[in-house]
Order: sequence, then structure tokens, then C-alpha cells
Amino acid sequence: MSSTPVRPQRPRRPLPARLGRAAALAVLTLGAVLSLIPFAWMLLASTHSSAELFHSPPPFLPGGRLLRNLAHLQDSIGFGRVLLNSLGIAAVHTLLSSLLSAMCGYGLAKYRFRGRGLLLGAVLATLMIPLQVLLVPLFQMMANLGWIDSYQAVILPFLANSFGVLLMRQSFLDFPDELLESARIDGSGELRTFYQVVLPCVRPQLGTLVILTFMGQWNSFIWPLLMLNTQDKYTVPVALNTLTGLSHVDYSGLMLGSFLATLPLMVLFLLFQRQFVAGLLGGALKG
Amino acid sequence: MTSSATALRTPRASAAPARRRRSPHTAAWLFAGPTAVLFTAFFAYPLGASLYQSFTARRDGVDVWVGLDQYRRLLDDPAFLHSLVNTALILAVQVPVMIGLALVLAVLLNQSWLRFRAGWRAVFFLPAITTLVAYAVVFQVLLRTDGGLANQLLHALGLQPVDWLNSPTWARISVIGSVTWRWTGYNAVILLAGLQAVGRDQYEAAALDGAGPLRTHTGVILPQLRPVVLFCTITSTIGTLQLFDENYVLTRGGPGDATLTPVVYLYKVGFQQLDFGYAAAIAWVVVLLIAAVSLLQFRLYGRERRR
Repeated sequence: MSSTPVRPQRPRRPLPARLGRAAALAVLTLGAVLSLIPFAWMLLASTHSSAELFHSPPPFLPGGRLLRNLAHLQDSIGFGRVLLNSLGIAAVHTLLSSLLSAMCGYGLAKYRFRGRGLLLGAVLATLMIPLQVLLVPLFQMMANLGWIDSYQAVILPFLANSFGVLLMRQSFLDFPDELLESARIDGSGELRTFYQVVLPCVRPQLGTLVILTFMGQWNSFIWPLLMLNTQDKYTVPVALNTLTGLSHVDYSGLMLGSFLATLPLMVLFLLFQRQFVAGLLGGALKG
Repeated sequence: MTSSATALRTPRASAAPARRRRSPHTAAWLFAGPTAVLFTAFFAYPLGASLYQSFTARRDGVDVWVGLDQYRRLLDDPAFLHSLVNTALILAVQVPVMIGLALVLAVLLNQSWLRFRAGWRAVFFLPAITTLVAYAVVFQVLLRTDGGLANQLLHALGLQPVDWLNSPTWARISVIGSVTWRWTGYNAVILLAGLQAVGRDQYEAAALDGAGPLRTHTGVILPQLRPVVLFCTITSTIGTLQLFDENYVLTRGGPGDATLTPVVYLYKVGFQQLDFGYAAAIAWVVVLLIAAVSLLQFRLYGRERRR
């Protein structure tokens, strides 16, 4: 016998249903095109010279200037160095911030202690305060510490992440107390219990947090812009921003840099789509 | 409470009932302490400092207490009033349009016959993860008056070119359009997850009752989605009250004050005019506005959940 089972003839759908599907697909396609045009244009633009971009008609096929634009980008802002800075800052920030969020979330979820309500309240309040309120006093604070133009000034003030704390607290609330008790009875210290028993159980939520934190720091613009002022310390967004203020703007280089700045996040998103969405829903469905 | 019994290094032999009990505070602060210290240093302190600053002004190089003067200044400041009007306009136009579009996208993405759902979802979500500077650059290039892709398209359709970023009306439209471009897919993905939590059987039940696709959605499915829609509306409203990115990088709040928002204005006052007291007062008005709106919406949200 052949392995393909005999399928019953599928009945033809009625015309209105087919028209409905066609309309739905048309709307989705239009949305997708609008969504993708800026990315396509970024990619295309990075293979042409600036002048060609504003020609009429505009170029619709890739040109041959990709490598020249890349070399120019490296010459003008030291793109390789800047990329490494961004990676390093985002990696250190993500590692420390995620760990601190997980620890704080665990403390809030599994212990009753004086000051717990106050801390939880403070965490919730930070969600409502726009960053810009803190900018001036934080700037003055960093200036007083002599930290302007240093990496710790970029990383340290935003290590405590209220979203992360709440996300981790939520995932620890469901963790069974009996497991903690039995670890304690086995003589495991509080910290060891946390790292060896508790943390491995919330790996999915931790993954979500790591990805969202990395993305936030990678894209962060205003604070690094205020803190960093020598080119070899710049992050990618700050370095690209210096190119926009010139009298003769190198649009092709900017578009190439922009595309390269977005690429790591695109890859991350495509690899970890499920964790991203889970993180967004942290508040939406459980709330 | 079992978890409050905290025994560091209890020997195996002396396990269970007669365990040595230790104050739970030590261990709890071990975990929560570092974050609490960071919050105090880099959140509570600057927050207090900015509140204090909002009651001071710099006179002859020193900060002097001026009471509510900075807040009174706001009432007569046309730039600040324009920024409030612009925000109200965006709240009234952009947020409903975006949530509506996101709902349509989410419903279409949730159709059982749709293939490659993860792919579609990724495409619509992509704008939300774009680096701000990249986003600014690409929209400046697309919307350039002379030779930008948008105007070339208009030209191909036989229409007049538009001064996208330099005419007050079109600058507002550009900003609203780019905010919508960036966040519609994000909201659609959240709404889609909400829709997926509604059981398939409800669609079938509605169909058996003779409801068409439209009736099924308006009558059966969307009412159950209300909490998620409300969540998206709350976050978008708060986001609009804090709006900075688009308006700063695309138009610097201009032309004139046409796309000025309170936070762009506060940034200009603080970091360009170095008038820290006044900037702090603007910041606190924004905080109060956000607190008021959040309170109102959380109330609605609470009522919704008690249903």
C-alpha cells in the first residue's frame, strides 16, 4: 500500500469565505510591506552612494558600494571599536542586571521581612516615572563623582530594573516552598539553594529577562549620549548620532550603520521569538 | 509561613523540628539588598533631588528657594501649553487608530487557516526592536522633501510633493505616522496572545449559533479581550505622555512648537538652556499627569477584572 492515505475530496469553500480570506491576506500583506519598507530601504541604501539615494527614479537594485561604505564608516567613527563597546556594555549590564533582578525578585517572593512592602512599592513606582525626570540630578551626581565619560556611569545607574524584578518575583511566587524547605533540611545554604535549586527552575523567564535587558541596553541612547564624550568610548547609537549633525550628511554610511546596529537584535528576536512575546505578556495576561 | 524559617548551614543530623531558627531578615536582605541600595542611590535620591530642584531657581550662580514660582511660570509658557495640546492630539488620534489597527491585525493573524503565523508575527514586531537612531535616520531619508522615497512615490502617482518634516501640519502627521509604524505590531502581538487564550470552541459555538465571522468577533470574542485591550491602551497612553524619541530625533519638536512634547521641552530646557529648576518643574507635571492617568485606568482595569 502506498503511504499516502486516500484523502476525501475537500469540499470547495463558498465564494464569500474565499473572498474573505483573500481580503484578509491582502490586508496582512499591505501591513507587512509597510512594516518592512524601511528595513529594505536601509539595506538597499547601504550599497549605494548618498547622492544615488535621492535620484529620480530611486535605485531598486543593490549597488556595488557596500564595502566602500563600510570602509568609510570605519574611518569616520571607528565602527569596529564602537561595536565592541556596545557589545561589552550590553553584556556586562545584562549579566549583572538580570542576576540582581532575579535575586531581588526571589527575596520579595519568598521572604517576609521589614521593608518588603516599601521595596515593592518603590519598584512599582519606578515603572511610572519617566527617565527624563531623573536625568538632571543623575547627571549632576555622575559629574560630582567624576564619572563622566566612564563605562560605569553608563551601566551602574540603571542596573536595578523594576520590570525585571517584577517579572522574576512573579515566576518565583509559583515555586513550591516545600522544595526550599527540603534543600534547607539537606543543609544547603540560602545562596546555594538559590543558585543550584531555584534558578535552574526559572530558566525560561530568566531567558526572557536576559533578552529584553540586552535589547534595552543595546538600544539605549540618551543616557550614553549624556555620559560619553570621547569617540573611542562611544556606543553604536551615540557614534551614529555624531554623523547626523554634520553639514554634509553621509546617508549611505548612516543607513549601513543603522542596519548593522539593528541586525543583532533582529537575529536575537528571530531566535527567541517565544521568549520575547512571553516577556511582553508579563503584565498583560497575568494582570 | 514556612519560607520564613531560615537556617543557614543546618547540620544534616539536627534536621527537621528542632531546627535552629534565624532571623529571616538577614537572608532576605542578602537577596533584595543590592537592588534596594541601587534604587535608593540612583532612583529615590535623584527623584527627591529633582522635586527639591523644582522649587528652586538659579540666581547669581546659587540655587535659591522660590516656592511654586517655577510651576506658575508653566501656566504662562506658550511652549509648554503647546506641548500639552500636541500630547492631547496624539492621545486622541494616534492611540485609538493604533489600537484599532493592532486589533484588526491580531484578529487576522489569529485565523485558523493562516499559515506561517510566526513569520507574519515577526515581520509586524520588527519595527519595535529597531534602534532609535536607525529609525530616525531611515525616516529622515524616506521623508526628505527633496528626493525622499515618500515624495517620489507621490510624484509617480501624479501628486504634489509634501514638506513632511518642515510644515507644522505634515510634521505632526509624520510623527503620528512613525509612532504608529513603530508600535502597532507590538500591540498586535500582545493582542494576538490574548486572542489565543480564548478557546477555539467559542468560535465553533458561535458559528453553530449561526453567527458570521463579524458577529462572532464583535459579539463573542472581543468582549473577552477587553482586559488585554485595556492593558495596551494604558501602556500606550503612558508612552504618549512620555513621548520623546520620535519628536526629538525627527523634528526636534519643530517646526515652531508643532511637535513639541512635554518631555522634549524638558530636555531642551534642562540640557540646552541649563535651566534645571524649570526642567524639574516640567518633569513633575509630567509625573503627576502620568500618575493621574494610570490611577484612572488602573481603576477601570480593576473593575474589569472583578467582573
